[in-house]
Amino acid sequence: MIEIHNIHKSFGGKKVLDGVSGVFETGKTNLLLGASGTGKSVLLKCIVGLIKPDIGSVTFDGTYYTNNKLDIRQEIRRKIGMLFQGSALFDSMNVEENVEFPLRMLTQMSKSERMDRVNFCLSRVGLENANMKMPSELSGGMKKRVGIARAIAPNCTYLFCDEPNSGLDPQTAITIDELIKEITEEYNITTIIVTHDMNSVIEIGDKIMFLYQGKKLWEGNSEEIMDTDIKELNDFIFANRLMRDAKKVEDERVEEERMEEERNEGNS
Amino acid sequence: MLTNFGKYLLFIQSLLSRGEAPKILFNRTIDEAILIGINSIVIVAIVSTFIGAVTCVQISYNLTNALIPRSTIGFMVREMTLLELAPTITSIVLAGKVGSNIAGGLGTMKITEQVDALEVMGINSASYLVLPKIMAAVFVFPMLVIIAMFLSIGGGFVAGALSGEITPQEYITGIRGDFVPYNILFALIKSVVFAYLISSISSFQGYKTEGGALEVGEASTKAVTNSVIAILIADFVLAQLLL
Repeated sequence: MIEIHNIHKSFGGKKVLDGVSGVFETGKTNLLLGASGTGKSVLLKCIVGLIKPDIGSVTFDGTYYTNNKLDIRQEIRRKIGMLFQGSALFDSMNVEENVEFPLRMLTQMSKSERMDRVNFCLSRVGLENANMKMPSELSGGMKKRVGIARAIAPNCTYLFCDEPNSGLDPQTAITIDELIKEITEEYNITTIIVTHDMNSVIEIGDKIMFLYQGKKLWEGNSEEIMDTDIKELNDFIFANRLMRDAKKVEDERVEEERMEEERNEGNS
Repeated sequence: MLTNFGKYLLFIQSLLSRGEAPKILFNRTIDEAILIGINSIVIVAIVSTFIGAVTCVQISYNLTNALIPRSTIGFMVREMTLLELAPTITSIVLAGKVGSNIAGGLGTMKITEQVDALEVMGINSASYLVLPKIMAAVFVFPMLVIIAMFLSIGGGFVAGALSGEITPQEYITGIRGDFVPYNILFALIKSVVFAYLISSISSFQGYKTEGGALEVGEASTKAVTNSVIAILIADFVLAQLLL
């Protein structure tokens, strides 16, 4: 479980995060939702420690992280896996070396043990025969898969994904979302995903935190999000026609059911 | 400028804090040494050979006094090569090749979040990426300078012989006359200092890159210009201190 408390962050006088607090539960896919420029990625980087918050604290399973001693922060960082927006695969290494890298750097595993783990992780993300390919030879979806394999290779306890399906076609995006959710449940890890994709919200959003202008505006799950009264959130959710139409159909269905029930009650 | 210098010093300090295991550092240094050294041999060979050749021809052109022996041409080519041309010109050429490569590579890693990926894993990215480059440069540059010395003097020999300005025997007499071994040590000290300046300044420029492709290009340009300026200043300071 990851807890964040009163996170503030400004860049050059511009407030990006304004007192964000919340809890991200273990074994669930926690989503940070919001429009572009609302501070989602900055919050994620504050949590993993790539950016230091001006005020506020982050706790990983009860261990204070933000300003703790270097060795304690290092210990926590070694439990973190992260999938970056652009995958951030090391250009000079092939797929196998990319996935092996954290094992080589962070564990005492022998070469054969590392290879077994690499092959397992690659098969887990559906890339059995891509070991020798270079990142430049991979499609966007494959890069994301390799990024996930690299993140889970050292048996991470916390998985962070920064817009994992950005730039992907809808089908591949759903596949990546489902893969992240499966891995989260299978290994019972704490996963935080930054997204602005409503498909992700509906498909995998166990817990959602909606950010608006650097503040947490709403928190709930994928079912509750459709029935909120918050204007900013509704504007975001129903920004596209598909969602508006879906909402309209759903409202009509609910209204018909209500009228049907009333008719049935009248007849009886 | 002062702020940048302060940031540079902090950057150098960060290289030495929480470094990686010696085995990893050693392997990375060898990899970088191969990249910097092997890939630079051709350009160093071409530049130094022609510089030696041009030096020989130009000295010969200016040395018109019949009282000065022709072997002086060989002597002057050797002295200029050892004291200045081999260490300084080679380093300036390498600032362009190696410096821009280091800054561009690190800058690209920075903007594509590869550096962040290392940090998230708990690895000191500066130490892991930069320290081996500096160590490799400090190790390899003197070797390249020694190669440059031989080829430059050899280039002078060939140019002198082919142009008929000086006979091979006169040239050899010249390069063997009044030899001061300390000059070689001086050249090697210079090459080590220049190697450190080029690799650390270029790494600093690459490592602080933010933005996109345009900024990576800017970082490469700054890396080369700042390295060249630093080389020239250091060249003067070392000459004052050590000669």
